Amino acid sequence: MSSAVDRTITDMEGGAALPRKNGELIFEAPWEARAFGMVVRLCESGLYQWDDFKERLIRAISQHACKDPGVDPEVGYYHHWLCAFEQLLKDHGILSNAEIEARAAEYLSNKRDLYE
Amino acid sequence: MMGYGGHHPGQPSMAEALTAAIESLLIEKGLISSDAIDAVVEKYERDIGPLNGARVVARAWVDPEYKSRLLTDATSAIAELGIKGMQGEHMVVVENTPEVHNLVVCTLCSCYPWPVLGLPPNWYKTPAYRSRAVSDPRGLLREFGLELDENVQIRVWDSSAEIRYMVLPERPAGTEGMTEEELASLVTRDAMIGVAKVRPPKKS
Repeated sequence: MSSAVDRTITDMEGGAALPRKNGELIFEAPWEARAFGMVVRLCESGLYQWDDFKERLIRAISQHACKDPGVDPEVGYYHHWLCAFEQLLKDHGILSNAEIEARAAEYLSNKRDLYE
Repeated sequence: MMGYGGHHPGQPSMAEALTAAIESLLIEKGLISSDAIDAVVEKYERDIGPLNGARVVARAWVDPEYKSRLLTDATSAIAELGIKGMQGEHMVVVENTPEVHNLVVCTLCSCYPWPVLGLPPNWYKTPAYRSRAVSDPRGLLREFGLELDENVQIRVWDSSAEIRYMVLPERPAGTEGMTEEELASLVTRDAMIGVAKVRPPKKS
């Protein structure tokens, strides 16, 4: 595992810049930190290049492509982040749409426990 | 796993469900582990960022014109070096001299010029530092190991959401032949907050 942080990630600019307060990263809910950690970790593992993710993130932000109907797409940076991540996983054949949807449905219907 | 500890137990949001779905699938495929995710998050949360301020100080030491721009309009002079991340904060740089020593604090909270200095050290945020910087700066500096001569004036600069201060420390003696890059490596975070001086290089 790479031990240093990647400046191309920490120094993203404009709408893609990581949300910070007084320099510190802000995660407003635990899932946001999980989503952040997964994207960065798989990039460290070499499954994709950072730009592969970044271009999808920028597209998600500009198109408001997020599909969570309960959330105002204007407010949630990490909703766009998650949306871009899902797209990247599908585009690179890492996960399929069908398996993600099926598994998410299990969490939504409490067949699987989110809090265990 | 670290968990999703939610606002509506038993009623996950779409984002929570999607994140958990992706995480569990990636784990099953052996592509990731929960511990590795935790470790990445921790690493990025602890990252203090590059010490861009050291480059600013070194440039000011070698280039008098840059230094005068820095002291009159620090925000522009810092941007000149390609340092990014300012979010509308106005930067002011204050110069230490043999007669005047500057100290930066944020008495209200923990405002800090992070694009130049990275994340603040923990002590910067403590009530003790924030109050003593104002009530007894000389005593506070002594605790940091900085004994100032009685006739050195101490000026305390209180940061705010709008104005962030950084100290331009004195260039130490014995550094005349050093390059800008070598000089930058001498400059510490503490010196740019004003709780230390820049030490001359160790004789090798």
